[in-house]
Amino acid sequence: MRIVVFAAALSVLACTPAKGSPTPSPKVAAAGDSAKPMKETKDTSMAGRGATSLPNADPFPSTYRPFPSKTTVIKNVTILTAAGPRITNGAILLKDGKIESVGASVTAPSDAVVIDGGGKFVTPGFIDVHSHLGVYAAPGVEASSDGNEATRPVTAYVWAEHSVWPQDPQFPRNLAGGITTLQVLPGSANLIGGRSVVLKVVPARTVQGMKFPGAKYGLKMACGENPKRVYGSKGGPQTRMGNVAGYRTAWIEAEQYRRKWDKWNAEHKGDPPARDLNLETLAEVLRGNILVHNHCYRADEMAQMIDIAHEFGYKIRAFHHGVEAYKIADLLAKEGIGAAIWADWGGFKMEALDGIRGNMALVNQAGAKTIVHSDDPSGSQRLNQEAAKGIEAGKELGIDISEDQAIKWLTINPAWALDLDSKIGSLEPGKDADVVLWSGDPFSVYTRAEKVWIDGAMLYDRDDVREQWRTDFDLGFVPQVGGAQ
Amino acid sequence: MKQSMNRALVVVALCAVASSLGAQTIAITGGKVYPVSGPPIEGGTVLIRNGKIAAVGKDIAIPSDVEKIDATGKWVTPGLVNSSTSVGLGDVGFSGGPRELGAKGHDGIAASFQVWLGYNTQSVMIAPAREGGVTSIMINPQGGLISGQAAIIDMSGALGLSDVVVKAPATMIAQIEDDDGAKVGAAGELLGKLRDLIEDTKAYSRRKADFERAQTRTFTATRSDLEAMIPVVEGREVLTIIADKASELQAAIALQKEFNLKVVIAGGAEAWMLADKIAAAKIPVLTGAMNNIPGSFNTLGSRQENAAMLRKAGVQVGIIGNAGGGDEDMFNVRNIRYEAGNAVAYGMSWDDALRAITLAPAEIYGVAGSVGSLKAGTEGNVVIWSGDPFEFASRAEQVFVRGKKIDTPSRQDMLAKRYKTLPPKYNTP
Repeated sequence: MRIVVFAAALSVLACTPAKGSPTPSPKVAAAGDSAKPMKETKDTSMAGRGATSLPNADPFPSTYRPFPSKTTVIKNVTILTAAGPRITNGAILLKDGKIESVGASVTAPSDAVVIDGGGKFVTPGFIDVHSHLGVYAAPGVEASSDGNEATRPVTAYVWAEHSVWPQDPQFPRNLAGGITTLQVLPGSANLIGGRSVVLKVVPARTVQGMKFPGAKYGLKMACGENPKRVYGSKGGPQTRMGNVAGYRTAWIEAEQYRRKWDKWNAEHKGDPPARDLNLETLAEVLRGNILVHNHCYRADEMAQMIDIAHEFGYKIRAFHHGVEAYKIADLLAKEGIGAAIWADWGGFKMEALDGIRGNMALVNQAGAKTIVHSDDPSGSQRLNQEAAKGIEAGKELGIDISEDQAIKWLTINPAWALDLDSKIGSLEPGKDADVVLWSGDPFSVYTRAEKVWIDGAMLYDRDDVREQWRTDFDLGFVPQVGGAQ
Repeated sequence: MKQSMNRALVVVALCAVASSLGAQTIAITGGKVYPVSGPPIEGGTVLIRNGKIAAVGKDIAIPSDVEKIDATGKWVTPGLVNSSTSVGLGDVGFSGGPRELGAKGHDGIAASFQVWLGYNTQSVMIAPAREGGVTSIMINPQGGLISGQAAIIDMSGALGLSDVVVKAPATMIAQIEDDDGAKVGAAGELLGKLRDLIEDTKAYSRRKADFERAQTRTFTATRSDLEAMIPVVEGREVLTIIADKASELQAAIALQKEFNLKVVIAGGAEAWMLADKIAAAKIPVLTGAMNNIPGSFNTLGSRQENAAMLRKAGVQVGIIGNAGGGDEDMFNVRNIRYEAGNAVAYGMSWDDALRAITLAPAEIYGVAGSVGSLKAGTEGNVVIWSGDPFEFASRAEQVFVRGKKIDTPSRQDMLAKRYKTLPPKYNTP
């Protein structure tokens, strides 16, 4: 029972900041010398100076390299491809980190490792677009509470990756749940909380070693109760109207900044304008280079956020936690905005009161993109179980969601939300070989992930403790309880 | 005169309700019946009369005037029992409405706090739980060293508290791992305080008259708290101790031995490490099967196999929600059946898992004569499932509480119906 209370407190923490740890007021970082402009940059003379506001500047580049892999065939399996109807009794070939072929049968090279799935299931690796792993690491102590820069309502200058602890023992547990890609976000204390980071769920010494190469950044925004609760007695916003004024004020500044910099980048006349980390991130949103992930529960607030996006000319990629998405599913479909939602969380605060299990199916039926997300290190390990609840709730409403459709909620739809759907999220030739072998139908309560591959490398095997990643923290602190040796 | 007329009317009205309920006899036939108190029965009959289970078996004589429900192809189980909830103690988790689950107490001790006095029998959280096949819940106070007294409730929808209480108090709740919550500096101090309280209760119980004359030493708790602790100290009332860490669990075992208490462990994240010791001490454990995160330094050994390993060692195991984050104790009390399914995925037998959310908690808290199984004489708490109750693709098709079929829609049903077609109509449900 204690554990329930404790864990619930943790999750609240993820959505809301812990109270009042004194944090020094943020300083604009000194210009480093590691900023490398990306291809879009026309002027290469700025390379390495980090003093200018260049589109897609990448000062903390990914150092991830795929782990060594063997050419692998998984055969005699039911394959949910997320790209079409299931293939029963099919096979899939993973080669050089990519999916080489998938179908009723594949031509197995002689050196291939062949796994006979014996009627088990294969799916793409799951993608959780709402995670706080690493930024709210386990154990949940104040010293590791790094998810909310709750010092002022707009902190677009913070980047989640600078809080990620790669030794968070929650990472390998997520991998064992079939999760291969995570978007780690700052918390929701702030109107604008900062940049997200997209990670491969892999062991690494540094966060750079986990960063998904080429993934865009996201911007975390939050509606409703959390910001006004946090800042109500700290200078505001104190109300929802104060929240909206806060977003608009920030975008007005960002637009000025973008124009100033775009002009200078085009003309290179005189000294470059002063760099501002906060506005730089926001300007990148306005340029379309950073995707907006907006924590927002209520339908009416989502509609207002859409109007704000129209006013300033940016796009909202997905609403997260939209427990009322079903009330405006038509609007989400029209705007092309994804709904990253839980199966059945609701009722835990006023803005969550109207959460219904039919949400996933109703959003799907309206033609908008349903995305199963977690916001929870435990729920993240069972996204398939959440989707299964969504299927059943649909059935009870007379909406028939096939497993072939529901698998998309966990794979290609979240991949789209991260603008990575050309690389991951479905089992098609040429895509990254992020693959999970399940002990049975992934929508059954009795099914567990048995083996997980990322870029063709098997990084988890439930049956072999030697193939199970243990973080530095796990060593000594956590008893080893893995599968057979 | 007028007053007695009114009283007479009330009596008549009550009789009318009672007899309309009483007259109802329901026969659920043809289903795969899991009585839990006995082996499963293919094509069995469950006969409910006067709100109670009248008979369960293969060849039950079915009276002619009964309401027959064909459950062919369905699974029939007792109503589920969730023994760790705060349903009805607040309607909204944390940003509004009353919260009736944490007493202030005195110095971390709130033994006299009876949580059910704040229970809302009409809470909107009841219908979702019942739709998930949960018919009985334990409502738990939280916080401090001694949180107070818990009760077991049937979710019949009746307004009157006395009409829904199965047992109150069902247990006293204590926690020995959060030193901060009880304003002490270390777990050892917390245990010392608990020991003081037990000794003081014994002394108080022997010397009540002296106490009234102020002729005793000063006790660590108030008179009402000491009074409430008497049945616990005498071993007549269960003391549920919330603890996760192996060291705390060993302290709980020692406490049970030293004072001959009736101890139940709740939480028990690291109980698997001590499975044999806990089994030998005959201490039941309430735990979940969906948490493997070292979420605190008290739960470093969390693993999903915990429940199964304890059961294998012979421990009486009740399953409670422990995934964390998903509101398992309020809005998602209904998910207890999935917790049981996950316990099976992590090594528990299916039968044990069903038992762990029905008869086991009922036995642990001494209400097996009322709930938790389909046995003649128990309350008519029955669920007809479309299939395996642990599976997501199954639903509770019909739920009976105390012999009455309840299909009151939840708020969520009404919202789904309203918004199924957009734009919604606001003048219909």
